[in-house]
Amino acid sequence: MKAIVTVIGKDTVGIIANVCSLLAQNGVNVLDISQTVMREYFTMIMLVDTAGCKVDFAALADILRKDGTDHGLDIRIQREDIFEAMHRI
Amino acid sequence: MITTSEILETIEMISQQHLDIRTVTMGISLRDCGHPDLRTCCDRIYDKITKKAENLVRTGEDIEREFGIPIVNKRVSVTPIAIACECCDTEDYAAFARTLDRAAKEVGVNFIGGFSALVQKGFTTGDRRLIRAIPEALRDTERVCSSVNVGSTRAGINMDAVALMGRVVKETAEISAGQGCAKLVVFCNAVEDNPFMAGAFHGVGEPECVINVGVSGPGVVHHALKKCAGEPIDVAAEVIKKTAFRVTRMGELVAQEASRRLGVPFGIVDLSLAPTPAVGDSVADILEELGLESVGAPGTTAALALLNDAVKKGGVMASSNVGGLSGAFIPVSEDAGMIRAAAAGKLTIEKLEAMTCVCSVGLDMIALPGDTPAETISAIIADEAAIGMINQKTTAVRVIPVPGKTVGDFVDFGGLLGRAPVMAVNPASPAKLIARGGRIPAPINSLKN
Repeated sequence: MKAIVTVIGKDTVGIIANVCSLLAQNGVNVLDISQTVMREYFTMIMLVDTAGCKVDFAALADILRKDGTDHGLDIRIQREDIFEAMHRI
Repeated sequence: MITTSEILETIEMISQQHLDIRTVTMGISLRDCGHPDLRTCCDRIYDKITKKAENLVRTGEDIEREFGIPIVNKRVSVTPIAIACECCDTEDYAAFARTLDRAAKEVGVNFIGGFSALVQKGFTTGDRRLIRAIPEALRDTERVCSSVNVGSTRAGINMDAVALMGRVVKETAEISAGQGCAKLVVFCNAVEDNPFMAGAFHGVGEPECVINVGVSGPGVVHHALKKCAGEPIDVAAEVIKKTAFRVTRMGELVAQEASRRLGVPFGIVDLSLAPTPAVGDSVADILEELGLESVGAPGTTAALALLNDAVKKGGVMASSNVGGLSGAFIPVSEDAGMIRAAAAGKLTIEKLEAMTCVCSVGLDMIALPGDTPAETISAIIADEAAIGMINQKTTAVRVIPVPGKTVGDFVDFGGLLGRAPVMAVNPASPAKLIARGGRIPAPINSLKN
């Protein structure tokens, strides 16, 4: 299943490395990454494949959210379908 | 591939503009639960609801986590109890309400709708027993919602039922300190697939079990409108339409997913701008964004007409089945902007009544002085029903005559039901009109065949 990971927050050293290693530890494959820094805010969007994920989707979402909270970031993972439904006919 | 700005727009709608799935409501038919013995009848109802809705809450929570979209409420609606339980040999219809309450608690839904009767053309024995039991039922239960349909474009208005409901509303308020009235709706042209409470019930033309989804998002529409300030009004209508489309698409996705996982057919998506007391989640704010100093000002009805219509037009293309009430709700106590305007004397009951001609439902969550006569409440119901009957739309009355309170006092209903200032009612008496009883004949525009 494809999903979108979004990471939004204050820019600090090692954000990408941290999120990528969390995903790798849980067997999630990263398909695409885009990231920008708007003003001082870091915004990263990743397209990932959760087919090989070792934990269920809800648990993965909790792991990411908690890690985000620990680092002062808003990290979400959502199924790609919701963005498709809202922005594509 | 979806673009970064589209992804961020969706995230912002959810995190900052209160976009949510307001309710996933499972409609369950109770038509096979009737039995002459009260105990057996109640057991059948309890067993059917707890079996059918067993996984509703858990499934809703799973979808919520996967899509990252809040599903605020999971609810159940059932066949109107006056129909489902009519063959039961009992006067004690409040027992059915207590059973519904118990089943709702067991499956973990926060409201269950369907303690209802449809009496637009007259009463059956079951209808009378149910209506008589409403005050006790609402006093004794926490999650049960009740509704009575007193009129329709096809049947006219049952003025005996209107008179009776005025007394029932008063009595419910008196024995429940007003709280019970927040769960009691009097309808004209009630819809059978409405997922929103307190007026939800599972109509007799509905299947055995069905999933209906209610989507909301006044904050999203308000935010979108800020970008077209000062533009011609048709530009605003276009913005609302596009926003409604996006929001409804999300509802459709969730509805289809819930239907698939629960193995229950998908019924409808109802896109209703349903405000909550939270700041930034207000229909009044949208109307003010369109150019009114305050909701209630001259021009409010026109702005609301545009809003209600644009919401429907956007929603209708986004879902295979749009239904329910779809439009804009204007509850007073549940909308921070309406509360503000009512407290400042800029929004009156008369203006709200005019607004109900063009909004999706009717007079909603309005606190009245505790000494408002039952006949006056009946007459308010009759006025609303007349608007619905003639305009072929759903109208409803959910008013709360709060015991011991008078104009200017504030009443707190708690949670999503919010708080409201007690509003002034015209003191002139309609008692003789209401005492006439009988039936207002169906209007000429009902003769379509």
